Amino acid sequence: MADLRTSFAGITSPNPFWLASGPPTNTYGQVAKAFDQGWGGAVWKTIGEPIINVFSRYGSVDLGQNRMMGFNNIELISDRPIAENLKEIAEVKRHYPKHAVIASLMVESQRAAWHTMVKQTEDTGADGIELNFGCPHGMSERGMGSAVGQVPDYTCQIVEWVKEVATIPVIVKLTPNVTDITYIARAAVTGGADALSLINTINSIVGVDLLTFEPQPAVAGKSSHGGYCGPAVKPIALHLVSAVAGDPSVKIPISGIGGIASWRDAAEFIALGAGTLQVCTAVMHYGFRIVEDLIDGLSNWMDERGHRTLADFRGRALPRVAKWEDLDLNYHLLAHIDQDKCIKCELCWTACEDGAHQAIRRLPRDNGGGGPVVEIIEEACVGCNLCAAVCPVQDCITMRQVPNAYVPVTWKEYAAGKGKLAPRSEHFHTAAWSTSAK
Amino acid sequence: MSAPNPLTDEQLAANFADIAPPLTNDAALLEANKCLFCHDAPCTIACPTHIDVPAFIKKIASGNLRGSARVILDVNPFGHSCARACPVEVLCEGACVLNDRDEQPIKIALLQRHATDYVLARKLTLFEPGLQTGKRVAIVGAGPAGLACARDLRRRGHAVTVFEAKSQPGGLNTYGIAEYKLKSDVALAEVQDILDLGVELKTGVTVSSSDDLLARYDAVFIGVGLGSTKRLGIPGDDLPGVTDALSFIEHLKTHPYRDTAVGRQVVVIGGGNTAIDAVTQAKRLGAATATIVYRRGEADMPCYHYEYELAKRDGCGFRFNATPQRVIGNGSGTIAALEVKTAQGNELIPCDMVIVAIGQGERTDLTWPKHDPRIFVGGDCANGGAEIVNAAAEGVAAAKQIDELLSH
Repeated sequence: MADLRTSFAGITSPNPFWLASGPPTNTYGQVAKAFDQGWGGAVWKTIGEPIINVFSRYGSVDLGQNRMMGFNNIELISDRPIAENLKEIAEVKRHYPKHAVIASLMVESQRAAWHTMVKQTEDTGADGIELNFGCPHGMSERGMGSAVGQVPDYTCQIVEWVKEVATIPVIVKLTPNVTDITYIARAAVTGGADALSLINTINSIVGVDLLTFEPQPAVAGKSSHGGYCGPAVKPIALHLVSAVAGDPSVKIPISGIGGIASWRDAAEFIALGAGTLQVCTAVMHYGFRIVEDLIDGLSNWMDERGHRTLADFRGRALPRVAKWEDLDLNYHLLAHIDQDKCIKCELCWTACEDGAHQAIRRLPRDNGGGGPVVEIIEEACVGCNLCAAVCPVQDCITMRQVPNAYVPVTWKEYAAGKGKLAPRSEHFHTAAWSTSAK
Repeated sequence: MSAPNPLTDEQLAANFADIAPPLTNDAALLEANKCLFCHDAPCTIACPTHIDVPAFIKKIASGNLRGSARVILDVNPFGHSCARACPVEVLCEGACVLNDRDEQPIKIALLQRHATDYVLARKLTLFEPGLQTGKRVAIVGAGPAGLACARDLRRRGHAVTVFEAKSQPGGLNTYGIAEYKLKSDVALAEVQDILDLGVELKTGVTVSSSDDLLARYDAVFIGVGLGSTKRLGIPGDDLPGVTDALSFIEHLKTHPYRDTAVGRQVVVIGGGNTAIDAVTQAKRLGAATATIVYRRGEADMPCYHYEYELAKRDGCGFRFNATPQRVIGNGSGTIAALEVKTAQGNELIPCDMVIVAIGQGERTDLTWPKHDPRIFVGGDCANGGAEIVNAAAEGVAAAKQIDELLSH
């Protein structure tokens, strides 16, 4: 049985699944219920001078039948008094000593204010502090949140102030709303951060009401850009986690955040170097109970793959994240259609013909009753994956390697005059092909 | 009636193929992602074993098939056969909230089959016996109730011996479910999973008294099912060519299809689910006509509505408000007709085979003290005849009660 116990910058938890700072971690009742259902840790909803929220705070992006594929919010940090939050944090920690309880903090950018807040937080017995340098809406207009996290010097400065008094681990939560996140990550390291967490939400407007022209979520006829999250942002988060985890000057643990909804997502974040996982939107959608399959699915997969602990596969995908110029130009693929599985929708043809490389041939639907209607033009296929991506049938279109006698050559080598390119397919020209089909 | 079967092997195989074929991986994933993941879900409430349906479906969506099957089988040891033979139209699927959005409900049964087939095909072991308690329990009857009880007692560490009169375990799962729903090899494989937890099985043993068992065991569970089909009690009901539905189905399920004799014109007497199973299988076996004769009206038939629809789709006939009076022989020992009484007077329905499906009687060959605290009863012999899922639920509940008794 897989061992999911986690030690992260000195903070231990029964498993790597933490609730991210947000609406699900607003109160003692929520966090206690979450721990009872199996969550390993929780980052409390950001504490600071209480704010006043607007009504209508969340916006959703649906994809067909699937609700909330993307999600945004214009909600601010906790609207509850600091003392009340700290009292409840202490209470949770007392009742759940084995779980990770992290306080997320955001105060104005003054040394004394940070010192006071950190000391008060430490009195609760919390296991760690997360600095919210990431929220892109509202608080950033007041010089907090992403306004700090977008400037390396500010990030470094405030981490230094916090570390002057903090005795518990300090996690810096990064915003993705920057040109290059590694600059901010390095600044946090320079300031003395013990760990990083990323990503916070992405600047967004989720939609516009076409009757009223109100952007969503609307507040009395207007809206403001909000923080985007949910399954839609996972690829961005995976990239940024890998960028930070792969940066040689960032050698501190990373808590992965961004669209994690299933154990598979979690495993991918860990494979790219994450030490713990933080989840918010999926809980806002389906409740704390989702942790059961996060744990069960990850354990079963680890058992099946022979990984005893999370460390056994943590970062295993990182060495495979390369620069484009280091990819092998002589690795050739060819799409293959399993005609027995093909349901003859011709989506692959239309995608390849209009959207890619004109490498699929259409055959008449009436050709001898039930024969193939599409076939790969092998001399034109550039192995791009598009047909396999649009095919609605599992394993119907697969990409197969075409072996050749050429040794691997990267762009870097080739541009330097080294190595030889294997012969490759030429593009068809749509016009010529359409003419010949007539 | 003894004429060779008119159908080819291919036709017979097609007629008895799974009426609800398994989902492909694609279809399962698509279907699983349609599930809303309701809280306090009506499907779970509707299931007598209270399988956490949204949880197991969510695990299919996440690709955790082992975990999915475990959710199912943890509370229902007969999750495989229930996936194929449960009346889901009136249970979980009937309760699905999508019905209220005027949509088809989630295909819960097929998803359950998808998950449980995964572990069956790979012979994955999901459960372990508990630490030996030294307590011994006797179970009479290796049907779903008895074996569900046996499995959960083994998980709690009690030694279990199951006594079964027939040569194979599984009860009606092995011998009595319509062939196009559940085949014996699946039923027996499911049973094997339970036996592999260390259940001692004694087949071919008929228990006639509980006294002896009470002397040798710490507790006794009785899950012997019902007795044989009731007799018609009309003249001619002993003619060759008159058979009872359970014997007909059992023969079909334990022999090559063409070895089960079927008439050209078959009449099935009764209006319950077993009558439907008999009439559809007679038709699928090659009868030219297969007709239900029922003494009351269409709306009075106790069978599920979807079963009635199935029989109609199979081309079976129905004669309502027709009360059997006598079976008429043709002088050479076989049957010529069934005489029925209708509002218009008596009428002859020509037929060469009569299948009786008017319910099973109670077991009279085994009696047990009704109030002995060490005796537990479940399944058809306790509930009067219900579904596999009811038997499983009762066996599981009894195991819990027995465990509480033995732990004190």
